[in-house]
Amino acid sequence: MTYVRPKFRHPELPKNKLGYTLSYYEGALSTLCAGCGHDSISAAIVQSCYEMDIEPHKVAKLSGIGCSSKTPAYFLSNSHGFNSVHGRMPSVATGAYMANRDLIYFGVSGDGDTASIGMGQFVHAVRRNLKMVYVVMNNGCYGLTKGQDSATADLGSKSKAGSVNPFEGIDLCGLALELGANFVAQSFSGDKHQLTPLIKAAINHNGFALINVISPCVTFNNNPGSTKSYDYVRQHIQTTGMADFVPIAETIEANYNEGTHKKIQMHDGSFLTLNKLAQDWDPTDRMSAVNALHASRAKHEVLTGLIYLNAQGKDLHNVLNSAATPLNTLKEDVLCPGNDALKGINEEMR
Amino acid sequence: MSGTGSKINDFVVRLANVNGTGSASANFLFAKSIFRSGVFMTPKNIFPSNIQGLPTWYEIRVSEKGYLGRREGIDMMVAMNPQSMMQDVMSVRPGGYFFYDSTKPLHPQFKRSDIHYIGVPLMQMCNDNYTDARQRQLFKNIIYVGAFSALLNIDLQIMIDLLAEQFKGKEKLIEPNVKALNMGVDYIKANYKYPLEFHVEKRDLTKDKIVIEGNNACGLGAVYGGATVLSWYPITPSTSVAEAFADWCHQFRVDKDGKNNFAIVQAEDELAAIGMVIGANWNGARAFTSTSGPGVSLMNEFLGLAYYAEVPAVLIDVQRTGPSTGMPTRTQQSDVMEAAYAGHGDTKHILLFPSTPKECFEMTAESFDLAEEFQTPIILMTDLDLGMNDHVSDPLVWDDKRKYKRGKVLTAEQLEKMERFGRYYDVDGDGIPYRTIPGTHPTKGSYFTRGSSRDEYAVYTEDSAAYKRNVDRLAKKFETAKSKVPAPHIYNAKNTSKNAMLFFGTSTYSSEEACDLMKEEGIALDMIRLRSFPFSKEVHDFINSHDKVFVIEQNRDAQMRSCLMIELGIHPDKLISILNYDGMPITADFIQRSVKKVLAPGKVVAAN
Ligand SMILES: Cc1ncc(C[n+]2csc(CCOP(=O)(O)OP(=O)(O)O)c2C)c(N)n1
Ligand code: SF4
Ligand SMILES: [Mg+2]
Repeated sequence: MTYVRPKFRHPELPKNKLGYTLSYYEGALSTLCAGCGHDSISAAIVQSCYEMDIEPHKVAKLSGIGCSSKTPAYFLSNSHGFNSVHGRMPSVATGAYMANRDLIYFGVSGDGDTASIGMGQFVHAVRRNLKMVYVVMNNGCYGLTKGQDSATADLGSKSKAGSVNPFEGIDLCGLALELGANFVAQSFSGDKHQLTPLIKAAINHNGFALINVISPCVTFNNNPGSTKSYDYVRQHIQTTGMADFVPIAETIEANYNEGTHKKIQMHDGSFLTLNKLAQDWDPTDRMSAVNALHASRAKHEVLTGLIYLNAQGKDLHNVLNSAATPLNTLKEDVLCPGNDALKGINEEMR
Repeated sequence: MSGTGSKINDFVVRLANVNGTGSASANFLFAKSIFRSGVFMTPKNIFPSNIQGLPTWYEIRVSEKGYLGRREGIDMMVAMNPQSMMQDVMSVRPGGYFFYDSTKPLHPQFKRSDIHYIGVPLMQMCNDNYTDARQRQLFKNIIYVGAFSALLNIDLQIMIDLLAEQFKGKEKLIEPNVKALNMGVDYIKANYKYPLEFHVEKRDLTKDKIVIEGNNACGLGAVYGGATVLSWYPITPSTSVAEAFADWCHQFRVDKDGKNNFAIVQAEDELAAIGMVIGANWNGARAFTSTSGPGVSLMNEFLGLAYYAEVPAVLIDVQRTGPSTGMPTRTQQSDVMEAAYAGHGDTKHILLFPSTPKECFEMTAESFDLAEEFQTPIILMTDLDLGMNDHVSDPLVWDDKRKYKRGKVLTAEQLEKMERFGRYYDVDGDGIPYRTIPGTHPTKGSYFTRGSSRDEYAVYTEDSAAYKRNVDRLAKKFETAKSKVPAPHIYNAKNTSKNAMLFFGTSTYSSEEACDLMKEEGIALDMIRLRSFPFSKEVHDFINSHDKVFVIEQNRDAQMRSCLMIELGIHPDKLISILNYDGMPITADFIQRSVKKVLAPGKVVAAN
């Protein structure tokens, strides 16, 4: 079975600066269950790329294995995609980024893909700070293998079959903060207004940007007693505030109120402004972010929004001191030292 | 036995040292001085999986005839390690020499009546001349090397020149080292008859040669082959490939602004290492990793993905003694089957088998061409013996006119002219499809790379017919590779015998030598050296045209023989295994004995 979206579109649809309509950013028709949170996240990715006037072919989208990891087929059909092996998208993305620093890298993963089989690779991608957006579509279960608990399932969360998860859940945002991630955000698939500006800011971030999105699995983990169901998340959601991403070209028009708003300048001069709701929390202070996460956990709340941002970090290519020209474009003249150099080497080996 | 003939330029010296005492550079100085005397020599490091304290040996075979394999039988033992003294005494051939530190008298238990003893009070001399403990240790090594200069008739000036090269930029160190060398020379001259009957006579045989480790040559080959991305995880004996690549890159690949035209990441494990290699190759850079058996095991899933999704990748497998951790610092050729069929489902990979450092250099560079031409992993099958030991080799050459073969990669202009791009469409009938690099064209050429089944247009499908078309095309691609991979080396244009030897990699030197030795005894054998997998028609024809083929390899389970049976359908009776798998490099004596057991049972001489 293959699903190709019908091509007809209304001619009057609005276009972005590149002259593309929103539909240009879509992918193949989704084969996920109707109502699956993952599809809403794909839609937010489409919206963000459209709004940011991104050339889709300058995006590489990579994933592991799982329902969530299938989604790159459902957005940006003009981007190259790589559906790799379970849990190992971070290494493939790292290699791709090493080869070409000029593309935008979208990594999509699930909670099983990231927090279990891929935990090792996730952790190292964070600490290497490669410039990529890393989206976890977190449903607290293994969707594709039919609903087993994942490592992000909360202690005490009830499965569809009625069993209660006896293990502590892994908090991916807390972990990323601990590992030194410079962009950490959490969101909910049901809140596109919050998610879209976060994705836009993440694309613009000069380093590893984690967005952990609670994304209910309607088929296996949307039952009463589950802490990753639509109902539960809606009842327990708390937000750090609304983020608004302002690209460098635009001037900020709204007058933000000092104290309740925070304006963070990103590495290229663009701004992320936050309508800050949480009182004693500073998104540019790692300790404060960790505290905010812990406090909300203690209250069984799901804290969403931007949690931490440090725009000054050094990304992997800066650390490696790589040339500005992407390595994949270099040719023999630069790469091969030639036979004269070899003669000198032979001489030294005699 | 070769030791019973001429003793000039034909002997084996073994040095017993303690790991971590700085003996390596002194021993190399000794070996290199023989090479500079114009005579062939083959050094072998025999070392433990340990950083400091356990015994290590350095064995040098000197051979006027240019035999570069290991030889059995030790003519001179240099016993610098009290811990292995008993074993060391016992391993000397009757009539051989035992060199020891005579500061304290040798315990009677180490006395044999059938060997000669040469004592030099090394510790005493060091204590008298140096105050610093580390200096005493280091100069002790230089003193014994000096003693060999006299005992083995090696021109002292050659050693002095080598020291001067070694300490270029640190000239202050030359003089004390020369002084130590002379202390050794003087002691021998004052106390012993010299040179020994085993000794070196200057020749002009090695003038055009170089001395290099296989791993170093691989690292350099990767630079010449255009690799820009390396991801690796440390494991003996492959680590020095990555280190060499890094060193050569710092020499040749830093641009005028001080920026690197390469990227190296030490991965968190081998899974990530090969994952990065696949990601980078997918994105159009030439990328590689190096590892050993345990790493290849971990890479299996990813290798299967790269095979099926048709992503180029280069993997250098420096084999060691398995299974599991086995003997991590000893050699074997025991990953043949694991590499040939790495991955689940129906997978097969192209393997290359270098047997000299020159081939390490050339085949590493060629791997990148083959990986891109065939859009599949290429595994270079070297081993600890080739990789971590110095070898006398022909010099390295590069054709400056050579262009990298990037394979079937479509440009934006080519895409522009196309109706529809089919990533997995067999346009040319050779099983090799066209690929695109991400970012090439705004609307044409993007596709979804995946390990799940797809049709010719890279669209996901579970249609059985489409699946089968795809895996059949992959098989056809493998068939195409047979005539494009390095051809086997067949030694005689016409057969000279009903019987033959087949070998590959580091079994080569000793096999060639064994063939020479047996020829002297009237046993003729043809020879073929495999250089790659899959096997070409020449391999098949060669085997078919002989009655018996001795398959010489360094593993227990006759892995190459199995591959020959599986791939070529050869009858098992025809392929007679000669298997060396004790972790030590294979010797000509061993091969000779094993062949003779079958062909001339009366002529077998017992091992000494
Ligand atoms: C090595 C390996 N082990 C197991 C699987 C089977 N498998 C496929 S998807 C999956 C879990 C996916 O869970 P998650 O990442 O949370 O994605 P979701 O389907 O929930 O979106 C598993 C275990 C596999 N594909 N590969
Ligand atoms: S099984 Fe769950 S995660 Fe998978 S598509 Fe259906 S709803 Fe989504
Ligand atoms: Mg999941």
